Amino acid sequence: MSVPSALPTFRNGKPVLVIGGGIAGLTTALEAAEVGCQVILAEKSPALGGRVARMHQYFPKLCPPTCGLEINLRRLRENPRITVLTLAEAEEIRGVPGNYEVTLRLSPRFVSETCTLCGDCAQACAAEKPDEFNYGLSKTKAAYLPSGNAYPARYVIDRAACPEGCKACQEACAYGSIDLSQKVERKTIQVAAVVAATGWAPYDATKIDYLGFGKYPNVVTNVILERLAALDGPTAGRILRPSDGKEPQTVAFVQCAGSRDDNHLPYCSAVCCAASIKQATYIRKLYTQAQITIFYIDVRTLGRLEDFYASVAADPKIAFVKGKVGAVEQDPGNHDLLVTAEDILSGKKKTQRFDLVVLATGIVPQTDGLPAGFALDEFKFLSVPEGRAGLYSAGCVHRPEEVSAAVQDATGAALKALQCVSRSSQHG
Amino acid sequence: MDRKLGVYICSGCGIGESVDTAKLANVATREFKAPVCRVHPFLCSSEGVEAIRQDIAAGAVNTLVIAACSPRMKTEAFSFDHTAVSERVNLREQVAWCHKPQDEDTEMLAEDCLRVGIVKAQKTELPEPLLETISRKLLVVGGGLTGITAALEGAEAGYEVVLVEKEPRLGGFVATLRKRFPTAAPYNELMTDGMARRIEAVSYHPRIQVLTSAKVARIEGQPGLFDVTLRTESGESRVRVGAIVLATGWKPYDATRLGHLGYGLSPDVITNVDLEKMAAQGSIKRPSDGRPVESVLFIQCAGSRDKEHLPYCSTVCCMATLKHATYIREQNSSAQVYIIYKDMRTPGQYERFYATVQAHPLNFLTQGEVTNVEKTAAGKLAVTVKSTLLAETITLEVDLVVLATGMVPNSADGEAIRALEDAERAAAKGESETQRAEAAKKVEELRKHKGTEILNLTYRQGPDLPVLRHGFPDSHFVCFPYETRRTGIYTAGAVRAPMDSRQAAEDALGAALKAIQCIELASQGRAVHPRAGDLSVPSFLLQRCTQCKRCTEECPFGALDEDAKGTPKPNPYRCRRCGICMGACPERIVSFRNYSVDMIASMIKAIEVPEEDEEKFRVLAFVCENDAYPALDIAGMKRRQYDASVRIIPLRCLGSLNIVWIADALSRGIDGVMLIGCKYGDDYQCHFIRGSELAQRRLENVKETLQRLQLESERLQFVQLSINESDTLPTQIDNFVNRVRELGPNPYKGL
Repeated sequence: MSVPSALPTFRNGKPVLVIGGGIAGLTTALEAAEVGCQVILAEKSPALGGRVARMHQYFPKLCPPTCGLEINLRRLRENPRITVLTLAEAEEIRGVPGNYEVTLRLSPRFVSETCTLCGDCAQACAAEKPDEFNYGLSKTKAAYLPSGNAYPARYVIDRAACPEGCKACQEACAYGSIDLSQKVERKTIQVAAVVAATGWAPYDATKIDYLGFGKYPNVVTNVILERLAALDGPTAGRILRPSDGKEPQTVAFVQCAGSRDDNHLPYCSAVCCAASIKQATYIRKLYTQAQITIFYIDVRTLGRLEDFYASVAADPKIAFVKGKVGAVEQDPGNHDLLVTAEDILSGKKKTQRFDLVVLATGIVPQTDGLPAGFALDEFKFLSVPEGRAGLYSAGCVHRPEEVSAAVQDATGAALKALQCVSRSSQHG
Repeated sequence: MDRKLGVYICSGCGIGESVDTAKLANVATREFKAPVCRVHPFLCSSEGVEAIRQDIAAGAVNTLVIAACSPRMKTEAFSFDHTAVSERVNLREQVAWCHKPQDEDTEMLAEDCLRVGIVKAQKTELPEPLLETISRKLLVVGGGLTGITAALEGAEAGYEVVLVEKEPRLGGFVATLRKRFPTAAPYNELMTDGMARRIEAVSYHPRIQVLTSAKVARIEGQPGLFDVTLRTESGESRVRVGAIVLATGWKPYDATRLGHLGYGLSPDVITNVDLEKMAAQGSIKRPSDGRPVESVLFIQCAGSRDKEHLPYCSTVCCMATLKHATYIREQNSSAQVYIIYKDMRTPGQYERFYATVQAHPLNFLTQGEVTNVEKTAAGKLAVTVKSTLLAETITLEVDLVVLATGMVPNSADGEAIRALEDAERAAAKGESETQRAEAAKKVEELRKHKGTEILNLTYRQGPDLPVLRHGFPDSHFVCFPYETRRTGIYTAGAVRAPMDSRQAAEDALGAALKAIQCIELASQGRAVHPRAGDLSVPSFLLQRCTQCKRCTEECPFGALDEDAKGTPKPNPYRCRRCGICMGACPERIVSFRNYSVDMIASMIKAIEVPEEDEEKFRVLAFVCENDAYPALDIAGMKRRQYDASVRIIPLRCLGSLNIVWIADALSRGIDGVMLIGCKYGDDYQCHFIRGSELAQRRLENVKETLQRLQLESERLQFVQLSINESDTLPTQIDNFVNRVRELGPNPYKGL
């Protein structure tokens, strides 16, 4: 059986480095590799999937992100042109478009690729640590699998969480896959282009003092609500009040919690309106009597997301109130929350009582740790000047955007990278 | 091929403690006479894998069965020379980890899994890839910003491009703009468009051929082999291309339908497009008398977000109006500007521009509703606004009213056009009066699609792409915005979804990449997403075809055309390898070399059905390999236990389910059959569009078979499952098995 090969310019060219293994980076890597490029995908954490892997459903389809991730991971497993490096960060980029030298810092995983996922290490491990996948809502062992769908499907040891001198996991592993003496390594690679897809982090809601996050247990953020709704989350998909485990019957969503605010994030985070509308459907599906109020400045459901907004807004138990929330207080007796907001339609300030308050916190670009060479805008989003070759960006690190838009521009970034590969291989 | 079977059984990860691997090896060596069978305690280790490699190298085996963990794991370790057939048997996630260890039923399950895997491997032929000479040229339809960008970026990657524009000049709408609103840092000043430079670049690019005043007269063929007939003023020409980018853009919503907002009342009620034109030509004046403008009122969402007009948000109008307010301000610093909106939609960094415009004391923006527009005696326009900011109704007198009208895609609804043609035919030649009358009604409904063709594909499924709601030929998938139901044809820009110039230019890049990728995969005979890389293609044993047209109708990707009699004409490069045609065919004439009706039927036959007196039930589950199968794996990883009477057979898509398998299973004495597939309906999750829905519909036909066999319909169950619902699976399986137990054994056992 003979299979004609891809254009040799791509196949024999230098690889493309993609930094970040969330949905944007994963997409750039796959799309470039399926054209025929060699790709190195470097992810800072122990597993791919980024933020989307932690979400319950996508708007507007209300479908699980793992469905698309599963397809993408299959594409990845079956494509020999992609090298995945986890616990990897790019430290320095030298050179010119078509010919970069990049230093990668590889932190030790302490578990080799021979890991079979048998789980004996976690069984033997006595140390616990907050589960980052669940935003600290639950705990894992120090020897842990980042999530059920984790890729690479390998355990990892968090040495910072291990008791001094403990080797229980290494002793328990029947396959000799654990080596606790691993050290940080550095690796230099030659690449034609670099795509930064380092994604976003939720804005630190404790900084918005008047909204009570971190002070009152029943004030949660939208990313935490995703984990509470997720069937593989700490509550197995039951959204419960953190203070007493009660099913919330009245829920307030506070839009622009930090966004569109010169004291916090001056920009709009673009996705929070549709995200809260989606999360309102989670609650309504679980608790048929629940009453929901969404406090907003503007409802920003662009394009065809308007259909989604209209369909959810038709639910008589979901109220949209135009007005900025000024304060969230707690009734110390029962941990209920008192939300004060201006209702612009009536022109009056009103205080209402809720079981649960969800802060629609915004998107902060994750550019910390990116090597020099990438330009930033005033908000610290990556801002690649038009026409500049070699270093590109994709996804929420260059603007707040929804998943399909991130995948869209990540696909485009693959083409820009491909052009560099093509040119560099033509010119030697 | 001379089969040399090698069976490799892993006893690691608890498999050895759960089942007797020596007994399993006996199944391989005694029942299947496998010349090579090895049990290894750690098969994925380098020594374990090396032993397999050596057997292949020595020529001892060419058909491998790896009985270990799920095929979703250790893919790299267990990937061998592609000259050998290789099949994985999931003894870990779907046997050892989810069933009682050292139990007779678990043992029987493991043995059946191995039998089914061996039979599957034996029935697998290596695919013979397609080997046509593929064109690497791209066709871009539409010469606006999106089309120009797609052409330029594709050409810069080394591909030849034909760019077709129906107007005499390139540039589309963006070329007519005075300035663009800020889409890049610092996000607070208007941008010059750069279109002139792009038009020049595309016009002189050595790899781009530009045809203006040109149309696509016809497109025949398939990816890599599209034969395109182009019509220009100088006649028709033909070109072969590999893939197509559709970038036909948008048109403004018809303002004559906006009489309630004052359009048509006075020449001084204009649209945002009119204003842009005026601004680009010089200064903004009152159209009625040419006098300078002292006050302007913008009505946002004029026709958009309105059930009577465009239910969607047109995305760009808020930013466009803020730009227009800036034009007015540049021209007359003391002009009064009012903007009446439903919601100001300036996402992301665009908020900076909103804040900049909002900061000007003579710009007044309010959420509100315009309830009336009328002319005043003084020749001005009086606009009545219910303002939420002021909590009252106000009347504003202004010189000019601008309607921020929205975007309508320049698309054609391929399926509607096809339906119209069918209805026209039926209206003329229908068999009965009622049939003709009904068809005539349908013709009336669909008449608006007449003459809207853009691509003029010679596809059975219609001459253009199918569209989503509101006429956008977009992808249905959040994760895969370039998924297309017409392989090799990708849409970009405002025809795909309402979007601004920055998004459109980026979208052009993405679509061009997908077009290039399709060409490269086609050149290797490989499938595109979601089975990217698959080399198999269906073959049709046409001598036995009864022209029932099920396959041609059900193919979600329009891969099958048909001749006048209804015989399918496959276009393998359009094919996505889902097997829906195979499932549809009542004559079982469609098969892949590595996936066929016979293969699955043989796998079903390989399952041992205990005699009735053994009181052991058997339930068969056909599961979607993309979602339900991984969900079962996850259940196993969580050590969730379920009934060990179930035998799992994964399918490429549940739509490839051929109902003969259900009849086969039941007539062999299998007690019940489950189908586990993706959710369907408006928000379907099937990667092949309608696979699970088609499978569900085929079940209707099985009911007749059940009646014939005098079996209860409860022996069949269809389950719609999302991949994240693995926790519910064990219960659903147990409940079904229990219901089947209550019905009692299938009376066909042992017959």
